[in-house]
Amino acid sequence: MSSGSQNGMQGRLDQLASTLEERFSDLSCQVERSCGEVTLVVPTDKLIEVANTLHDDDEFGFNELIDVCGVDYSDYGISEWQTDGAPNTGFGRGVAEQAGDEPEQNRRFAAVYHLLSISNNTRLRLRVFVDTDQPIVASVVPVWASANWFEREAFDLYGILFDGHPDLRRILTDYGFIGHPFRKDFPLIGQVEMRYDEQQARVIYEPVSIDPRTLVPRVTREDNRYLNEDDTTQDAADA
Amino acid sequence: MPEIRNYTLNFGPQHPAAHGVLRLVLEMDGEVIERADPHIGLLHRATEKLAESKPYNQSIPYMDRLDYVSMMCNEHGYVRAIEKLLGVEAPIRAQYIRTMFDEITRILNHLMWLGTHALDVGAMTVFLYAFREREDLMDCYEAVSGARMHAAYYRPGGVYRDLPEKMPQYQASQWVTGRDVAARNETRQGSLLDFIEDFANRFPGLVDEYETLLTDNRIWKQRTVGIGVVSPERALQLGFTGPMLRGSGIAWDLRKKQSYAAYDQVDFDIPVGQNGDCYDRYLVRIGELRESNRIIKQCIEWLRANPGPVMVDDHKIAVPSRDEMKDDMEGLIHHFKLFTEGYCPPEGEVYAAVEAPKGEFGCYIVSDGANKPYRLKIRAPGFSHLAAMDEMVNGHMLADVVAVIGTMDVVFGEIDR
Repeated sequence: MSSGSQNGMQGRLDQLASTLEERFSDLSCQVERSCGEVTLVVPTDKLIEVANTLHDDDEFGFNELIDVCGVDYSDYGISEWQTDGAPNTGFGRGVAEQAGDEPEQNRRFAAVYHLLSISNNTRLRLRVFVDTDQPIVASVVPVWASANWFEREAFDLYGILFDGHPDLRRILTDYGFIGHPFRKDFPLIGQVEMRYDEQQARVIYEPVSIDPRTLVPRVTREDNRYLNEDDTTQDAADA
Repeated sequence: MPEIRNYTLNFGPQHPAAHGVLRLVLEMDGEVIERADPHIGLLHRATEKLAESKPYNQSIPYMDRLDYVSMMCNEHGYVRAIEKLLGVEAPIRAQYIRTMFDEITRILNHLMWLGTHALDVGAMTVFLYAFREREDLMDCYEAVSGARMHAAYYRPGGVYRDLPEKMPQYQASQWVTGRDVAARNETRQGSLLDFIEDFANRFPGLVDEYETLLTDNRIWKQRTVGIGVVSPERALQLGFTGPMLRGSGIAWDLRKKQSYAAYDQVDFDIPVGQNGDCYDRYLVRIGELRESNRIIKQCIEWLRANPGPVMVDDHKIAVPSRDEMKDDMEGLIHHFKLFTEGYCPPEGEVYAAVEAPKGEFGCYIVSDGANKPYRLKIRAPGFSHLAAMDEMVNGHMLADVVAVIGTMDVVFGEIDR
C-alpha cells in the first residue's frame, strides 16, 4: 500500500535529516531518526534561532506549526510489575510503584513541537528539554501564531513557562485550578472533588474521598522481535 | 448625542449556537466585536492522561468520544499511530474498509456541520434534510460495529470484523405497521455493501437538494460571503488544516499528499476555495460530500471483488478467533494475555495523522516499551481553528460570530479532550 509515496517521503526525510545535521550541528542540536520520522533535539537557548531558520529558509519551509505539547519524563521506563523471572511468592495483584532513577539533571520536562512543511511535504519534530526547577523556554508565537493556544495548554497541564508569550493563562482546567494535572506526580483521580453543600448553599471543594487503583499494571516485556531495534525499525520503515 | 460605552458580553457556555460548551467573552463596541476571548475546557476529561493508565487498545473507545461526530476518523488516527509504532500494516481489505468508513464518517460530519451551520444562520429545512441522511449512515455504523455512534471498530492491525452479509431489519410494532415496515426494509434486503451502494446512488441527488436550498440563496450569501476571511498566509500561520485551509485556496489534503489506507488507489479531487470566507468553506465542504461519495463507490466495487482477511494474523496484537481460543492452548494464552495485559510496543515515539473531516487529526505517542502509552498527545484540528476566533471575528457584527463558529465546525469533544 502506498509504497511509492512512502519511498518518496523517506527520501525527502533522509535529505532533511542530512541538511539539518549540516546546518545545526554547530548549534549543538542532535538529529534522531526513528520509525521513519526525524527529530531535532534543540538546546533551550537556541530554540528561537532554530525556529526562525526552519520557518524562513526555503530549504526547510516549515511554515506550519501543527502541534506543541509538553512531556514529563520523570516515570520513563518504570514498570509497576517486575517481569523478569517469577519471584518464589508468585505474582501479587498489588501494585507497588517502584522507585525509579531520578531522570538526569534537567531531563524531566520537554516541550515537543511538530512542524509541517507544505511546500516540501515533510514533517519534523523538535524537542527542547527545559530546566526541572524553572521550566522556562522561549515562546515561538512570534514565529508561528498557532503556538499561542498550544503553549497555553502545555503551561496549564505541565507548568512549562513560555517566555514572551502574549497571554499565558490556563486554558483547559477550571477557573482557580491548582497544580499541573498532566505531570506524572499528579494523581489520576485528582486532588479535590466538588459537591453542592446544602448548609452553605454553595458548591464546595474537598479532598478526594476515593483511593486510586490500578486495573492493569504497567509492565514492560522484553520482546525479541524488537531487540535489535536500531537495525530493524530502520528496515521496517524502509520496506 | 448620548455617550456610547464599550461593554463586555458573555456568550455561552449554554447557548444553542455555541455548538457545545463554548464560553465566549466578547468586547463590543455597539454591535461590533472588538475582541473575542474563547474560554474552553468545560468538557475537558483528560483523555490523554486516562490513556496513560490503560493498555493501548482500551483507549480506542475514548477516541470515538473526542470528535463525536467523526468517530471512526479519530480511531483511524490513533490506530495508525500504534501500527506505526508496532511496525505492522493492516491487510489490504481492512485498508479499503477503513477508507470507505472514513468517507462515510466525513459525510456524517459534513451533514451535521451543514445542518447546524445553516440552522444557526437561519435556515431550518437543511437541518431536517441532513439528519434524514445521517440516519442511514448511522445504520451502516450499527451494522458493522453494533453501535450507532461510538463504534470502536478500527483496531491496530485491521478492523474488528468483516462487513456483514445481512442488514438489520425493522420490525413491526405498535406504532409502525406492516406496510411501513416493508417500505423501510426495502433497501435492507441485501448485504451492507448493497445498502451503502443504494445510498451512494441516491446521495448526489440529495446534495443537489441542499444546494438548491443554500448555494444561490440570497440570505445565505448575505450571511456568509465576505465573513471571516482568512488569507492563505494567515491560514498557515494560524495552523489551519482541512477545509479551513482549503477554503483559503491551499490545496493541501493528507489523503493525497501523505497518503494512507487505500487513498492512493482511489480516484478523487480536492475541492479548493478562493476567497477564504465562510461561503467558500461551505462550497469546499459541499464539494467534499460529492468526492466522498465517489470514493465510497470505488471502495464498494473493490470490496465486492476482493474478499480476504481484515485483521493481521499476529496474535500478539490481534485477538485469535473464538474457535481458536476454545480449541487451541496457544490461542487461549494469546487471548488471555491480550485482554489482561495487552501488548508492549518497542520503545520510541511516533506521530501519525489522518485527514479527519475537520482537518488534520494526529496522535503523538511516546512509548517506553510498556503495555500503556507513556504519553499520548492528541492533535485536534478544531483546537487551532478556534484559537483563531479572535482574529476571524474582529470587526464583524455580533450575528457574524455565530456564522464563524458554524464555519469552523467546532466540536468540543476534541477541543477540550
